[in-house]
Amino acid sequence: MSTASSSVVSDQFPAGLRVLVVDDDPTCLKILEKMLRTCLYEVTKSNRAEVALDMLRDKRNIFDIVISDVHMPDMDGFKLLEQVGLEMDLPVIMMSADDSKHVVMKGVTHGACDYLIKPVRIEALKNIWQHVVRKRKNEWKEIEQSGSVDEGDRQQKPSEDVDYSSSANEGNWRSSKRRKDEEDEADDRDDSSTLKKPRVVWSVELHQQFVAAVNQLGIDKAVPKKILELMNVPGLTRENVASHLQKYRLYLRRLSGVSQHPGNSFMSPQDASYGPLSSLNGLDLQTFAATGHIPAQSLATLQAASGLSRSTAKSGIPMPLVEQRNLFSFDNPKLRFGDGQPQHMNSGKQMNLLHGIPTNMEAKQLVNLHHSAQSLGGMNMQVSPHGGHNGQSSSLLMQMSQPQARGQILNETAGGQVTRLPTSTGQPILSNGIAGGVLARNGIGENGRAGYNQVPQTSSMLNFPLNHTAELPGNSFPLGSTPGISALPAKGGFHEDANSDIKGSAGFIASYDIFNDLQQHKPNGWELQNVGVGLTFDASQHSNSLRSNIDVAPSVLINQSYSSSQRNGQNSNASVTGKAIFSVGEGTEHRNNGQNVGQHMNNLLGDNSMRIKTERVPDTSFQPALFPQQFGQEDLMSALLKQQDGIVPAENEFDFDGYPLGNIPV
Amino acid sequence: MERNQSRRQLAVMRQSLFDQGYLDEQFIQLEELQDDANPNFVEEVVTLYYRDSARLVTSIEQALRDRSPLDFNKLDSYMHQFKGSSSSIGAKKVKAESTQFREYCRAGNGEGCLRTFQQLKKEYTTLKKKLEAYFQLARQAGPNEIACRPK
Repeated sequence: MSTASSSVVSDQFPAGLRVLVVDDDPTCLKILEKMLRTCLYEVTKSNRAEVALDMLRDKRNIFDIVISDVHMPDMDGFKLLEQVGLEMDLPVIMMSADDSKHVVMKGVTHGACDYLIKPVRIEALKNIWQHVVRKRKNEWKEIEQSGSVDEGDRQQKPSEDVDYSSSANEGNWRSSKRRKDEEDEADDRDDSSTLKKPRVVWSVELHQQFVAAVNQLGIDKAVPKKILELMNVPGLTRENVASHLQKYRLYLRRLSGVSQHPGNSFMSPQDASYGPLSSLNGLDLQTFAATGHIPAQSLATLQAASGLSRSTAKSGIPMPLVEQRNLFSFDNPKLRFGDGQPQHMNSGKQMNLLHGIPTNMEAKQLVNLHHSAQSLGGMNMQVSPHGGHNGQSSSLLMQMSQPQARGQILNETAGGQVTRLPTSTGQPILSNGIAGGVLARNGIGENGRAGYNQVPQTSSMLNFPLNHTAELPGNSFPLGSTPGISALPAKGGFHEDANSDIKGSAGFIASYDIFNDLQQHKPNGWELQNVGVGLTFDASQHSNSLRSNIDVAPSVLINQSYSSSQRNGQNSNASVTGKAIFSVGEGTEHRNNGQNVGQHMNNLLGDNSMRIKTERVPDTSFQPALFPQQFGQEDLMSALLKQQDGIVPAENEFDFDGYPLGNIPV
Repeated sequence: MERNQSRRQLAVMRQSLFDQGYLDEQFIQLEELQDDANPNFVEEVVTLYYRDSARLVTSIEQALRDRSPLDFNKLDSYMHQFKGSSSSIGAKKVKAESTQFREYCRAGNGEGCLRTFQQLKKEYTTLKKKLEAYFQLARQAGPNEIACRPK
């Protein structure tokens, strides 16, 4: 690395830059070649992407940068870009006569370091060396960072993250990498930098195998050795796999990092080539790591908050909390939406329950409380084991919540939410509805301890949600409690239960005309998403909320859709499909909101979506967008669960949920 | 003297190509790339362009002939390539027509596509003739004259 960076600094540096230029158009290729030579670069040209890729593979280190056309007959330029991003970490510049925004965006989201509009001018080419320098510099930085992270100064990390709000995401992710991975990565670095070992060509097939193995393991558990065993490819070494794994993660991260900008729609097609699962895994890893960090911070903040009175707590906490939220949000999604692994599912469920519980007030449902109490017991049991499983996230949460006084935490969180809510509420009617929902929560939390301060305003709305939730808890909890924790893993069972729940909800529906509309809208959107998605616990919970609105069959669909949406979100690093789906859901929800103020879930989602959109436009950082969604889910969960009180762990998460809402506007 | 005159004539001719909107500044980029290593670079590129794009023009013609229904995606894709080439040699009018053509493609306007393509072919051919004449004159004027930038 040091040699590389020093070479960058050499006097003649830009001269001799090794450029591979790929374009199927001979005229353009000829001109580009000449231009690049005029820049004193060392130029290799290819009119076919496949050939170019072979060149890159054969002599991987012979190029410093790649310039590629977008539209090529044999291989889409974006494919090439992806392959290059995966197999070798070279800066790639895309170019096309097509200057439409979505194509440019696609290039950027696929990891292009620049996008040139044809006709390319020599002035643009004179500067491309900067991408090489930047890339190397970043790599250097990454190494440093990973090293320091390895030693694990968790408490410091968080604060750093707080400092750069937008760029914090990357830092978190990086820090979030687990040590094992980092060790592996360190090995890789050595390998790649010294070039001691023979190169392995990661063909598309090999890569698919790799992705399959990673998916099977779950990306958070995907250690090179295990991947290697699963792949069972002769000649492949652990180092090869480790190196590829690292690049794969970087690739996932890059995608996720960029995803903020793009609309949801275009992201999904891109990711298609690499299994959604894989992307999910990437997220998981990141989130996972993130969780590790979170505890310290969150605890600290929580404690601080507890110490403070509500009002003060609100004002003081927000900024730092936001950062943490982000991390948390990541965690939550993972836990809830497992890669299809039962354990994950369980954890997810537990998490949700916990979340919901904290917020829930004793107020309305004694019956519910009973249910919840049972379920809670079950939940708690499960939670602790999960904690072990998940790694830290669940356990951390548990710990977090326990140490602190529940009551205080709740109050504070509630306060925080309330304060923030107003800000969010300020804008649209929907926000009002949301605020109401939040208030409801707050009120509940407060109720537990004090009076119903805020409740009165939202009382009507609260009632509505409560009813739904009441039903839901009854249904959902029984499942959890009766089958016991073990039941959680089985998705099918859940669905069925959900159905039964739905019936109950049906009655509700009847009472509220509003729901009818909702039913119509939702089913459509959900069905679209349903394809192939497994059901997660969260999904089921969501579905419960939905169920209240919808009939049985639709509800099932809804469940699926929810899960799918979540997964999607994770796939594209939470942004891509997830958003799209969410948007659908949101759209429906918005409608719902218009009609049903009662549904907290909907309202919350609506708010989230609204904010997300706004954020996207300004090009805010990637995570914020994600969070809102996740939070929305959580919120939904919490809202559903509201009725149940007393679960400590849930509180923590709940807090997060509430905060995110507030944070987003900030 | 005679050489000076042909040089002047060349400059006037060249300028008219710009003034009449046949060429844009991208052509100047090509001229600037011409050096001792590639003394005929511009001509080579233009020749290459016409050789390669003829294939595209034929493809588009064919696609337009299989009228019902027009495959606008295919047409747009062809024209995209064509536009990329044309723009890279600075063929301004041709590029403008191909942009127009693509807009009609997107709008699903078959009539517009046909009309624009006729216009495009006209500009394409006209430019070819003009450039051929220009390069011929340039060869007569001497090897170094093309590279000098006017004004």
